Amino acid sequence: MATVPLLTLLVFAPLVGAVLLALLPREPLAGVRRAALVFSLVPFALSLWMLGRFRPGEAEFQLVERAAWIPAWGIEYRLGVDGVSLFLVLLTAFLTPLVVLASWGDIHRRVKEFFALLLVLETGMLGTFLALDLFLFYVFWEVMLVPMAFLIGVWGGPQRVYAAIKFVLYTMAGSLLMLVGILYLAWQVKVQTGAFAFGYERFLALHLGAREQLYLFAAFALAFAIKVPLFPFHTWLPDAHVEAPTGGSVILAGVLLKMGTYGFLRFAIPLFPAAVATASPAVVALAVAGIVYGALVATVQPDLKKLVAYSSVSHLGFVMLGLFALTPTAVSGGVYQMLNHGLSTGALFLLVGMIYERRHTRMIADFGGLWTAVPVYAACFLVVMLASVGLPGLNGFVGEFLILLGAFGPWPWATAVATSGVVLGALYLLWMYERVIFGPLVRPENAALEDLRGRELAVLVPIIALCFVMGLYPAPFLRRMQPSVDRILARVQSVEAPRLAAGGRR
Amino acid sequence: MTPIDVGPFAAHWEVALPGLLVAATAMLVMVADLVSTDPDRESLAGVALVGLATAAGAALWLWAGGNGAGGFGETLRADRYALFFALLLIAATALTILLSVDFLRLHALPAGEYYALMLLSTSGMVFMAAANDLIVIFLALEIMSVAVYVLVGMLRREVRSNEASLKYFLLGAFATGFLLYGIAFFYGATGSTRLDVVAQAVARDGLTPFLLLGLALVLVGFGFKVALIPFHVWTPDVYEGAPTAVTAFMAVGVKAAAFAAFARVFAGALVSVAASWTGVLWVLAALTMTVGNVGAVTQRNVKRMLAYSSIAHAGYALVGLVTATKAGEAALLYYLVVYAVMNLGAFGVLIALGRRGEPNEMLQDFAGVGFRQPVLGLTMAVFMLSLAGIPPTAGFAGKFYLFSAAVDAGYVGLAVIGVLNSVISVYYYLGVLVQMYMTEGTRPIDAPATRPYLLATILFAGVATLLLGVFPSGTMELARVSVASLR
Repeated sequence: MATVPLLTLLVFAPLVGAVLLALLPREPLAGVRRAALVFSLVPFALSLWMLGRFRPGEAEFQLVERAAWIPAWGIEYRLGVDGVSLFLVLLTAFLTPLVVLASWGDIHRRVKEFFALLLVLETGMLGTFLALDLFLFYVFWEVMLVPMAFLIGVWGGPQRVYAAIKFVLYTMAGSLLMLVGILYLAWQVKVQTGAFAFGYERFLALHLGAREQLYLFAAFALAFAIKVPLFPFHTWLPDAHVEAPTGGSVILAGVLLKMGTYGFLRFAIPLFPAAVATASPAVVALAVAGIVYGALVATVQPDLKKLVAYSSVSHLGFVMLGLFALTPTAVSGGVYQMLNHGLSTGALFLLVGMIYERRHTRMIADFGGLWTAVPVYAACFLVVMLASVGLPGLNGFVGEFLILLGAFGPWPWATAVATSGVVLGALYLLWMYERVIFGPLVRPENAALEDLRGRELAVLVPIIALCFVMGLYPAPFLRRMQPSVDRILARVQSVEAPRLAAGGRR
Repeated sequence: MTPIDVGPFAAHWEVALPGLLVAATAMLVMVADLVSTDPDRESLAGVALVGLATAAGAALWLWAGGNGAGGFGETLRADRYALFFALLLIAATALTILLSVDFLRLHALPAGEYYALMLLSTSGMVFMAAANDLIVIFLALEIMSVAVYVLVGMLRREVRSNEASLKYFLLGAFATGFLLYGIAFFYGATGSTRLDVVAQAVARDGLTPFLLLGLALVLVGFGFKVALIPFHVWTPDVYEGAPTAVTAFMAVGVKAAAFAAFARVFAGALVSVAASWTGVLWVLAALTMTVGNVGAVTQRNVKRMLAYSSIAHAGYALVGLVTATKAGEAALLYYLVVYAVMNLGAFGVLIALGRRGEPNEMLQDFAGVGFRQPVLGLTMAVFMLSLAGIPPTAGFAGKFYLFSAAVDAGYVGLAVIGVLNSVISVYYYLGVLVQMYMTEGTRPIDAPATRPYLLATILFAGVATLLLGVFPSGTMELARVSVASLR
C-alpha cells in the first residue's frame, strides 16, 4: 500500500480521463456526459482515499513522492500534501464531478471538448496544490490557464473572447514575473549551497536580505494578487465570470481564485517573512478595501451573476485579511473561508446558471415571486445564500468569525471596517434574495418555471449538506489544518516578534 | 596550440563529410531530376531524404569518434558543437523537404531545382557551423545565402515573391560586405583569419581599435542574418513574400546556422573581451525581442506575424549569448532546436491551410479551423502555446533555460524584459487560437489526410514540441556537451 503513488494517480487521473474522453465518439451526447462524470469521479474517489491516509496532527508534508526530473538544474518531480492543501485538493475533486453534472444541461455544443478541457483543468489545479517543487508548481500553474481561457472563450457569452483574452493576459503578466522570482531564488540556492534547486524546502532554507525579499515578495504577490483577486487587481474577474459558462464560473470561483490565496499562504508568506512584515499593512488595507468595495459594487448590480462575481471580491478580501493577520486563528479562518467560498459561491453560480437555463436572463428585475413557482429552488437558494452571508450554523460563519477574531488583535481598525463588510454582505445578498424570490409573481414566464430536477438536486444537495457539516462541526477540518498553519506562522513569527515587541500592539 | 597533422592538407578530410554528403546529394538530385519520369518528382524528395540521412549518419559517426579533430589546416572542425548544428540543420532541412512535397505540387514549382538549391544551402549551413576560419564562414554563408535568394523568388509569377527575393539579395549582399570588411579588420588586428589564432591574439593583446572595428562590422553581418534590430527591416517582407516552405527554412535553418557562426566567433574567439560586446548584445537582445513582439501584435497576416515573431525569438535566443557563460550558450543551442521544431510545425499548418490560388494566410482564414480540423487545430494550438512559452511545451523549457542562465549570470533585468515580452507575445499567439476555436468560419479547408507527408511532419513536430517540453534533459545535455568545444 505504501508504494502506491497516490498523489500522482490523483493528479493525472483527470488527464487520462480527458485523453480517453477525446478518443470516444462524439455521439451520443448522453454517453459522453456519463463518461465525463465517471472520469471526474475517479479523482474524487482517489482524493477520499488520500483523506483516509492523511494523518491528522502532523504539520509536515505527507504522502510525499519524488523523482528526478531535470537533474542538471536540480528540478524534481515532487508532490506532497499538508493540512493547508488537503482540503483544497478535496474541494477541487469534489466540485469537478458536480460541475460535470451541472453542465449536462448547460453545454449542448462541443460537449466532448468541454469535458475534456475541464478534466485537463482539474489536473492543473490538483497539481498546483500538491507540487512541492517550484518549477513543477509553475508548470501546473500555467497549465490551468489555457483550458480555463478556452472554457470562457468557446462556451461563454457574447463578450467571451474579450473576457478570455483579458483573463489570460492579466494572469500571465503576474505569473511571468513570479517565474523570474523563482529563477532568482533557484539561483540564490546555487549561490548559497553550490547547485541549482527548486525544492520548496530548499527555498525556505535561503537567507535573503530585506530588500531582496521585498522585490521577490512583490513578484510573487503580484501573481497571486491578480489570481485572488485582491483589490485593485480584480477587474478581469467580473468579465470572466459573467461571460463564462456556469461550469466555468463554478471552477473559477470555487477553485481558481483559491490558487491566489493558497499561493500567498504556501509561498509568499513563509518564503519572505521580512517582506511580509513590511508589506502586510498595505495588503491588509487592500483586503479591507476589497471587502467594502466588492460589497458595495455587488449591491448595485442588476445582473445576478455579476452580483455573485463582486461578492467574490468581497469574500476573498476576508480570506486575505485572515492570512495577513498572521495569527493562528485568523489564518485557519482564512483557509476555512477558502473552502466556504468555494462551496457557497460555487453553489450560487450553479443556482444562477439553473435559473438562466430556464429563463435565459440573469437580470434581477426579471424575477420576483419565485417562491411560489419553484419552492425547492427557493429553499436551496436560501440555504446557500445564508451560507454566503455567514449565518451561524452554516459554514460561512465559522470562517468569517475566526478571521475577525484572529485579526482583531493585530489590526483592530481594519477588522472593524471589515466587520461592516459582513453587514453589507447580508444587505446585498438578502436584498437580492428578496427581489428574486419574494414579492408578487408579476411575470407570467416565471409562473411556468419548472422546479429543480433530480440531476440538479444531485448537484446541490451535496454542497448544501457540506455547508451544514462545516458550519456545525468544524473541528475535524480545523484539527487537520492547524499544525500546518502553525508551522507556516512559526517562520513568520520569528521575524514578526521583534517588530511587535518594538511597536507594541496596533 | 594543438599540433596540426603534418600530413597533406587534406588529412582528416572526414571532418567535411556531413557537408560534402549534403552537397553531393544536391548534385544527385539534379541528375535524378533529368532522368526521372515521375511528373510530380516525388521521388526526388526521397533521394534528398536518403542523402540527408547519410549525412546525418556521418555526423553521428564523427560524434561517436569524439576527438573533435580539425581538418584542412584547422579551418574546419568536426567538434561536438559543429556536429550538434549539423544534425539540427540536416533534421530541419529534412522536415522542410517533407513540408514541401505537397506544397510544390500545389504551386507547380520545379522540384528538382527546389530540392537541389535547398540542399546546397544546407551544405553551406553545415560548413558554416563547422568553420574555424572567418574566410570559411564567409564562403559557407555565401553558399547558404545565394541558394536562399533564389528559393525566395521561386514563385516567379508572384510579385511578392520577386520583391522579396530582390530585397533579400540586395540587403543580404550589403550585409555580407560588412561581414567581409569586418573579417579584413580582424586579419589586420590579429594577423590571421583562423579563429583559434584570433582567440590567442585577442587574449594577448586585448581589444585594439582595429579589432573593435572588425567586431562591430562582423556584428552587423551576423545581425542581418539572424535579423536583429536594427538589421531586421527586410524580414517581414521577405518572409511574407517567400514560398511558405522556404520561409520556414529561412526562419529555422538560416537563423540557426547564422547563430552557430555568430556564437563561435563571439563566445569562442572573442570571449576574452566579452566585456566589450555583452553590453551591446544586451541592448540588441532587449530591442530585438521588444520590436519583434510589438510589431507582431498588429499583424493580420499570420505569415507576417510569424516573421515578426521570428525576430522576437532571435532576441530571446541572443540572451544566451549575452550571458557569455556555458549555461547560456547551451540554452541558446537548446532554444534553436526548440524553435526549429515549433516553428516548422507552425509553418506546416500554414501550408496545410493553403489551397491553389488561396494562400489562406490571414488571421480570419483560421476561423473555426480548430473544431473543423481537430488535428490541425490541436497541433497549431501546441505550436502557438509553445511559441508563447507556456508550459508544458518546449518553448517554455527553452525560455526557462535562457532566462535562468541570464539570472545566473546576473542579468535579472534582461530576464524581466524577456518575460514581459512573453506577455506581449501571448496576445498575438492567442489571437490565432481565438480565431481557430472561438470564431466560426466557413472557408473550405482540404482535409490534411490528403497531404500525408505534410500531416506526418506536423504531427511529428507537435509530439516533439510536447516531449521536448516535458523531458528537456536529454537534449539539453547534448547542448551542454556541445558548447564545451566552443572554447
